[in-house]
Amino acid sequence: MTFYEISKEPINIQAVIDKVVRREAGAITTFIGTVRELTGGKKTLFLEYQAYEAMAVKKLAQIGAEIEQRWSGAKAAITHRIGRLDITDVAVVIAVSTPHRADAYEANRYAIERIKEIVPIWKKEHWENGEEWVGNQLETAAYPSGKPEAGDFDE
Amino acid sequence: MNKVLFFAHLRDVVGEEFIMVDASGKTVAELKAELAAKYDLPRLETVMTAMNEEFAPNDEVIRDGDEIALIPPVSGG
Repeated sequence: MTFYEISKEPINIQAVIDKVVRREAGAITTFIGTVRELTGGKKTLFLEYQAYEAMAVKKLAQIGAEIEQRWSGAKAAITHRIGRLDITDVAVVIAVSTPHRADAYEANRYAIERIKEIVPIWKKEHWENGEEWVGNQLETAAYPSGKPEAGDFDE
Repeated sequence: MNKVLFFAHLRDVVGEEFIMVDASGKTVAELKAELAAKYDLPRLETVMTAMNEEFAPNDEVIRDGDEIALIPPVSGG
């Protein structure tokens, strides 16, 4: 089974959840990231996602491995969609199962924050009067060593 | 030879998904500086580099056949 995927097609949410169903799990949390219409008062018409696919899949798998290491008995599955997405379309689905519920919530939150940090996926906002690649919330982060630093984890 | 991939705004600026260059023996920083000058790439100080699908520091030396990718600040999710 492929637990970490980049998809050009609409994501089957239930299929992602089903991957982490296990007899030893007592909880599954699901995060569904969707395309928002308004950002900072600006109206988005649609988004375009691009990925360095081979590396993105590896980085998603790395996040899954980090989760399994940090939360005992956890299992994650992540699918991120690329291409053109319209308002309300599902961009990413993260499912995490754990023996107990608190860990499932925490680990799922960890996954989406890590995606925004290390997975090579980019989105382009298209508005009525223009378009722009979005980079790390207003280009605030620089990477002096050429790669993410240990502290680069706030959103 | 080395394949160098571009993404997001860098792909728009360069006008290619990738180019082939001979970068063996150069460091990541040296290659980035050359590309920045050749294509007038913006905001390269915020751009990370991947070598063979893993983040690479600026002082890493490139070997023949390594696949390089310039990684602007990511915005997935």
